[in-house]
Amino acid sequence: MRIYDADISVPMFLGTAQYPSPAILQQAIRASGCEVVTVSLRRETAGGTGAGFWDMLRATGARILPNTAGCHSVQEAVTTAQMAREIFATEWIKLEVIGHADNLQPDVFALVEAARILTADGFKVFPYMTDDLIVGEKLLEAGCKVLMPWGAPIGSGQGLRVPDALRAMRAHFADVPLIVDAGIGRPSDAVQAMELGMDAILLNTAVAKAGDPVGMARAMALAVEAGRAGFAAEPIDRRDVAVPSTPVLGLAELM
Amino acid sequence: MHITVNASAHDISTETLDAALVELGFTSPAIATAVNGQFVPASARGATILNSGDRLEVLAPMQGG
Repeated sequence: MRIYDADISVPMFLGTAQYPSPAILQQAIRASGCEVVTVSLRRETAGGTGAGFWDMLRATGARILPNTAGCHSVQEAVTTAQMAREIFATEWIKLEVIGHADNLQPDVFALVEAARILTADGFKVFPYMTDDLIVGEKLLEAGCKVLMPWGAPIGSGQGLRVPDALRAMRAHFADVPLIVDAGIGRPSDAVQAMELGMDAILLNTAVAKAGDPVGMARAMALAVEAGRAGFAAEPIDRRDVAVPSTPVLGLAELM
Repeated sequence: MHITVNASAHDISTETLDAALVELGFTSPAIATAVNGQFVPASARGATILNSGDRLEVLAPMQGG
């Protein structure tokens, strides 16, 4: 899968928050083989430790995708993106503009406006969006080359609440990389997303808060691989009635 | 001069942003700055004069999803 200037082979982006320890985060990244990890920016304390976290993450060799998590306005998101570009030395930005405090639903109007400003400024924008076709079109017009529809609210672990909407996005945006961002709870959700033809998933809580984050990272990596292979192998259509798989021809008459 | 740094009130004696960061103890190389909601690149900190009442944000890498 090619996204902007990068070829990504493992279809799974991993968030770096909420792990029991930095060591477990590192092991989870390694266990999943994921090539892209998300990070954020928060207020530094005098003599603070932000640089230590950054050094640790760089040591993993993963590509960095900074986010604008927690931003509720265009200006906050744009300023945060500019600060992230300087610190992390990347034009990639996972653009979040939150519209609702309870379900962390993106404000898609502000999202499109911020995406337009940032792409004009040279950013490569990964927009966290609802599963709306028209919003997707507007984001592409704004210069985005990838779309990241939610599966369910961030951190909810509900899986894909509206698979049909994602299927419609796949059909409508045949040549655009689609990444399900948010809502993945279990490996079966990851398989489902990939079987729908998504190009990748982005997840954090499902791995970080699992009983065994490293084991779950590995399970998720297997799941996305299985789902992707299944989609490529073209599953059969569902039928309402049984169809014998063993040939009827040559069946003995024993009554 | 009174300014607000990451939502806390501070009294500083320096004028430029880069000097203020040193005075405030922000010595990490991995920080980014904004004044009154506007990004100030590292290369512009030396020429950025702070004024009383300014809101300075100093951000650093953090875990994120």
